[in-house]
Amino acid sequence: MGMTMTQKIIAQRAGKDSVQPGELVECSLDLVFGNDITSPVAIDEFYKIGVKEVFHKDKIALVPDHFTPNKDIAAAGLAKKTREFARAMGITNYFEVGKVGIEHALLPEKGLISPGYVVIGADSHTCTHGALGAFATGVGSTDMAAAMATGYLWFKVPEAIKIVLKGEMGPYVSGKDVILHLIGLLGVDGARYCSLEFTGNVAALTMDDRFTISNMAVEAGAKNGIFPVDAATLEYLAAHGGHPGTAYTADEDAAYISEHVIDLGQIPPTVAFPHLPENAKTIREAEALHIGIQQVVIGSCTNGRIDDMRAAAAILKGREVHEDVRCIIIPATQAVWKQCVDEGLMNIFVDAGAAVSTPTCGPCIGGHMGILAAGERCVSTTNRNFVGRMGHITSEIYLAGPAVAAASAIAGYICGPRPLPAEGGNES
Amino acid sequence: MICKGNVLKYGDHVDTDVIIPARHLNNPDPAVLALHCMEDIDTEFINKVKPGDIMVAGLNFGCGSSREHAPIALKASGISCVIAQNFARIFFRNSMNIGLPLLECPEAAIAAENGDELEVNLDTGVITNLTKGGSYTSIPLPPFMRELLSVGGLVNYTKARLEKEAK
Repeated sequence: MGMTMTQKIIAQRAGKDSVQPGELVECSLDLVFGNDITSPVAIDEFYKIGVKEVFHKDKIALVPDHFTPNKDIAAAGLAKKTREFARAMGITNYFEVGKVGIEHALLPEKGLISPGYVVIGADSHTCTHGALGAFATGVGSTDMAAAMATGYLWFKVPEAIKIVLKGEMGPYVSGKDVILHLIGLLGVDGARYCSLEFTGNVAALTMDDRFTISNMAVEAGAKNGIFPVDAATLEYLAAHGGHPGTAYTADEDAAYISEHVIDLGQIPPTVAFPHLPENAKTIREAEALHIGIQQVVIGSCTNGRIDDMRAAAAILKGREVHEDVRCIIIPATQAVWKQCVDEGLMNIFVDAGAAVSTPTCGPCIGGHMGILAAGERCVSTTNRNFVGRMGHITSEIYLAGPAVAAASAIAGYICGPRPLPAEGGNES
Repeated sequence: MICKGNVLKYGDHVDTDVIIPARHLNNPDPAVLALHCMEDIDTEFINKVKPGDIMVAGLNFGCGSSREHAPIALKASGISCVIAQNFARIFFRNSMNIGLPLLECPEAAIAAENGDELEVNLDTGVITNLTKGGSYTSIPLPPFMRELLSVGGLVNYTKARLEKEAK
């Protein structure tokens, strides 16, 4: 029986000719990373193992992005512990505030992820890196500790779900709408333990779209979400100093437990209603309900890249954020932040009355920089709308792409860009 | 090993954000995490839970964030094992790695109600509902995971293995 892209990478790194779904194997690792919440727990476990050095100083990344810049004294302690461990171990890929960005946007940008790599991160959205043709999956802190000590980790070979893309996306539609639509189709456990293997017209998607799509594979329960390597992948790697790696293609006779054909042209701007990412509604359904909002967040490991900033700016340009709304924009890395300055997007954001933050996961996890009060509603380009995720348990999160988020910030209720009056005017 | 305790029952898709909200992740001390365990879904949980109690849930238990603080908080609050219709994969890994036993058993999970007394044989995977009288067998763990649990988790497993390799 043939193998999928994921199965081929796992087999290669387990030193086997082939693997079967359900088989438990050990793979050598190309990159092991964690953040300021998960690394401190991993550091304690690492020392309990009794080793004195990490397996490879260049194959570990420590990215303090969640509660940074430090939100309180306890969080400052976590960041300090992470920093001190990085120094003690001589870890090369430690990123201090001022250089740090959100891990899943930063690591590809730094050229640390390549096709064919096996990547684990102590963060569930590690699946983001499948966009580059790597097998990347989220784990916990103890896994991170064992991986830092040994350089390998156990995996169950996943069954696969094939997602065939066709057509081209319509106006104001981005990777976020594609993945919200897909999660609506599969359900939050529809891909539990499986790999999502994307194929077909992937050329219709920019790299940023692919990162967004792979990022939310975990919200359908998937172990990973992987894209084939094409010209856009290689161009991205070249631009960011990444190694071209090894491109794996699925065998013709690879087995999939199901196959879904997604016509990109048929996907409308999509919103996931509280309190599960599977509650996907079309923008027309959402607009009809005229749901008033108090906050908009544009950023995160899902949608904090330059494509997202440009999509938001295109709508905010010459318009003003509604007086009842706090619009918080968070470029995911320092490079994206600087590009926003260079392209004039920052002026657009500030002129529109949006607050722009330094890179941080902040509000997405209810950490800081935009916590919701009781009963407040937020349109967010983040990835989870669970109960209490961004603040009070009676607050509500509506997940959307940057175009819908920016349009909603202007209108004061959940809407797409189409109902907005022309640039320079505001709906009264 | 036998676990015996009363059922605390929850529904489908219990995510790790409600098991332990991120606002409490700035202090990973298990005792502190236990004080806030489940508070966003059940403010009474920490007052109700007794050492040895068994959490029972529906589908996809532990979905969402990879925070290991979630199984740590459950374990530190006194939960002896979790029985669910099925589990999200990162939560499953994390629980095995820290030595919190999980049992996948849809029949037992559906039948059990709040307050029922259960007896769980972790070696055989047999779950007995002492209140209602039913007996169920959970989906057996692969040998590797049984070994992980028997040595107390991945740290001990890795430590033993590295010591063996060094010889």
